[in-house]
Amino acid sequence: MKLIALVILPLSLFSAGSFAEEFVVSQKNKSFSEDKIIINVGDTVNFLNKDPFFHNIFSLSDEQYFDLGSYPKDESRSVVFDSPGTIEVECAIHSNMFLLIEVNKSADNK
Amino acid sequence: MLSLILLASQSCYSVEVEFNNYVFVAGDQSLQHWLLPIRVPTPENNPQSIDKINLGKMLFFDPRLSGDSNMSCATCHNPLLGWSDNLVVARGYKSQVLTRATPSIINAAYNNLQMWDGRMNSLEAQALAPMTSALEMHADLTKKIALLNNINGYVIAFDKAFPGETINKKTMAMAIASFERTVISDNSNFDAWVKGDKSALSANEVMGFKLFVDPNKGNCAVCHSAPNFTDDGFHNIGLASFAQSEPDLGRYTQRPLKLMKGAFKTPTLRDVALSAPFFHDGSAQTLAQVVEHYSEGGKIKINLSPNFQANSLTPDEASAIVSFLHTLTSPHEPIMLPKLPQ
Repeated sequence: MKLIALVILPLSLFSAGSFAEEFVVSQKNKSFSEDKIIINVGDTVNFLNKDPFFHNIFSLSDEQYFDLGSYPKDESRSVVFDSPGTIEVECAIHSNMFLLIEVNKSADNK
Repeated sequence: MLSLILLASQSCYSVEVEFNNYVFVAGDQSLQHWLLPIRVPTPENNPQSIDKINLGKMLFFDPRLSGDSNMSCATCHNPLLGWSDNLVVARGYKSQVLTRATPSIINAAYNNLQMWDGRMNSLEAQALAPMTSALEMHADLTKKIALLNNINGYVIAFDKAFPGETINKKTMAMAIASFERTVISDNSNFDAWVKGDKSALSANEVMGFKLFVDPNKGNCAVCHSAPNFTDDGFHNIGLASFAQSEPDLGRYTQRPLKLMKGAFKTPTLRDVALSAPFFHDGSAQTLAQVVEHYSEGGKIKINLSPNFQANSLTPDEASAIVSFLHTLTSPHEPIMLPKLPQ
């Protein structure tokens, strides 16, 4: 996982006694910015559209189902991941887009 | 403290060039992403070989691989008709009317998913599906494999293509997929113009391409994107058939999300002029009707793809786009039919 920026927001969020983090995964050139990310339960992922057309991000995974609907360039939708497991994320419109999110119990990464 | 972590782009399979960055001059760098990769995408576990391609071609054209021994893959995917059938919707076993138009197999090798609803993820997975479908070729593959084993020419051809392996579903599918990967359109007048031949397109055809990619005009390239004129995506484009009492739900059967109701795969436009009628329901007879459909914003404006917008083209603009679409036809060599072993 390659990090290019770390921005600290003026908000506090405690989850299971640890700091929750917020990640941004962008969509550009009909591709997610990452193939796979590893996060903890309670973390948030913002799905940011950087393409000049709509995306519709979703997951049909048993651990966490979501359908973020369609949204245009420079808009984002967020998901708080509240269960451990491996989540497969796709774009309904563009079949080549695929992202794995490994959600660990917070203690797993300590 | 809540930390925000921006994850960087690692890879992409296509490059989006914003309209304002285009230079509509033959050979310009801003056009080069429209050229298809020279190497046709091929899975590591099924590399191309002449023997596999030749075997696949025989299987593709062999009518004995259907239930009544009278339909081949080429019955619907007819090279004389742009590798389709020129029917509104396909005819299957005993000529029964099916529900969708036959998609051309031109450049199917570049598709991420196969079938109008994307239910097959490779040419190998797709190759035998119509053969075994009760509604389509209606073949009992166990019997067909026995048939192939009783034809010496096929036994020899399989042994050359797959030394040490038997004639089975897997080797049949691999051979057919290998042949389908040779059905390629990548040498059109448009390609010549992108490479720098100024005379390959007329001024009106260049204008058609400009309108094609302009998001405020044709807006075609938002889905029919470079290099294969498809985004490998699924869209509800407002066809009249979606208003039927029990409409074909398309991609929704594979991905049960609201947006996918009535959504179908974006077909390539390479060689599109060879494979009328158009759309998954065959409802447009001409490319002019296709462009008119998009210009008016579709007929049934329910659950439309968010990337689809009415563009109110003038007649001259619509005509220029149609002219451009005709420049996407490659000058194919004549098809040499195989002699089938008996």
